[in-house]
Amino acid sequence: MSNVRVLVGTRKGAFVLTSDGKRDKWTVNGPHFGGWELYHVKGSPADPNRLYASQSSSWFGQVMQRSNDAGKTWEAVGNKFEYDGVPGTHQWYDGTPHPWEFARVWHLEPSLTDPDTVYAGIQDAALFRSTDGGQTWLEMSGLRKHHTGNSWQPGAGGLCLHTILLDPTNAQRIYVAISAAGAFRTDDGGATWTPINRGLRSEGIPNPTAEVGHCVHRIALHRSRPGVLFMQKHWDVMRSDNGGDSWTEVSGNLPTDFGFPIDVHAHEPETIYVVPIKSDSEHFPPDGKLRVFRSRNGGNEWEPLTNGLPQHDCYVNVLRAAMAVDSLDACGVYFGTTGGQVYASANGGDTWSAIVRDLPPVLSVEVQTLA
Amino acid sequence: MIRVTLPFHLQTLARVPDEVMVDVPGLPTQRSVLDALEAAYPVLRGTIRDHATCKRRPYLRFFACEQDLSHDLPDAPLPDAVVAGTEPFMVVGAMAGG
Repeated sequence: MSNVRVLVGTRKGAFVLTSDGKRDKWTVNGPHFGGWELYHVKGSPADPNRLYASQSSSWFGQVMQRSNDAGKTWEAVGNKFEYDGVPGTHQWYDGTPHPWEFARVWHLEPSLTDPDTVYAGIQDAALFRSTDGGQTWLEMSGLRKHHTGNSWQPGAGGLCLHTILLDPTNAQRIYVAISAAGAFRTDDGGATWTPINRGLRSEGIPNPTAEVGHCVHRIALHRSRPGVLFMQKHWDVMRSDNGGDSWTEVSGNLPTDFGFPIDVHAHEPETIYVVPIKSDSEHFPPDGKLRVFRSRNGGNEWEPLTNGLPQHDCYVNVLRAAMAVDSLDACGVYFGTTGGQVYASANGGDTWSAIVRDLPPVLSVEVQTLA
Repeated sequence: MIRVTLPFHLQTLARVPDEVMVDVPGLPTQRSVLDALEAAYPVLRGTIRDHATCKRRPYLRFFACEQDLSHDLPDAPLPDAVVAGTEPFMVVGAMAGG
């Protein structure tokens, strides 16, 4: 029988949650790195026992951790992220030039084929790659050196590269998303990048349809159709059927189209999930009801999923990296909240239950489906 | 040998007790002590001083002999008691909370 391992990053440590394929009884292991912020923990698709973790602290900066035994033991690896060349500046909140400064690693994306290759998305926004298991990191500077790079401005959370998607059918194609610059694509393995923001409309920037400057919260794809992208933007849920060349809004009947995470069902490429949040000023669910919304036809028509989720007095948030799916026959869906709950559904979202309820605020959730 | 005390999170990261001894060639200064500390425990690189600038991280302080040395020049000599090993050079996490 298959097993499931859920990797949870929180404000105060990492947790590893495990269950068998039934997903009704869970073992909670942790905290790992207690007291540190774990922005992201992710396993290698090529070797599920190889995990990478981004560990950081306002006091002690960035530490990178690697496990070769599924999180039983960890070793610190390289934490030196040096921008390529003379970094120059991007725009600060007030529009003045601001030097590129490393703050933290937001996202780790292990290679689909090599356990020792892993990509890191950092703040201030840049993409790094390690090919030695995290010991050393080199910037893929073609992204930051895009001609628009010096105009990128941070969102409220900082100028962060928070999402990396690897195309499983084309090793040369990578998608990234940056708050608040937008989405970008490379088709040459990272040498050059193209902004892929046509069709986005953001009222919070001077030119709502600008080439860059959009606060993209998350993008997702299904591995069987990597040219179809789904996006949760600051406001608006979007889809692209041409690798990001153009986007159309699919917010449809959502109660609000503000939110952070978005993900795709493991076996149904047109089934997608979002968690609507009231607004950018009020980061909690509308009406105190925690609802995941599911569309079975790629957007526009959404149904609320509430069975097992709190439907009154709930004012948690679900952050951009805090939703994931497993690939068991009945697709499991998971998300974590800023209130410390990790909810799981073993039936594609029809019913939910909390695996744990009292963790520190959850920053990220990743799932490994193990043979 | 210079005695160096570390805050809890750096003890656990480096897997050491609260105080370690480092051999510092030449005149002990903040820079030479931290160079020796990082050479002995490479996992601490970047956690006390910024990798690129080698500046003290903002939320850390350096104390010794009941003095705050945080704003001393990195190449200033450390107090005699630290050099003699009767007092530790203390790396301290700035108080914060609420």
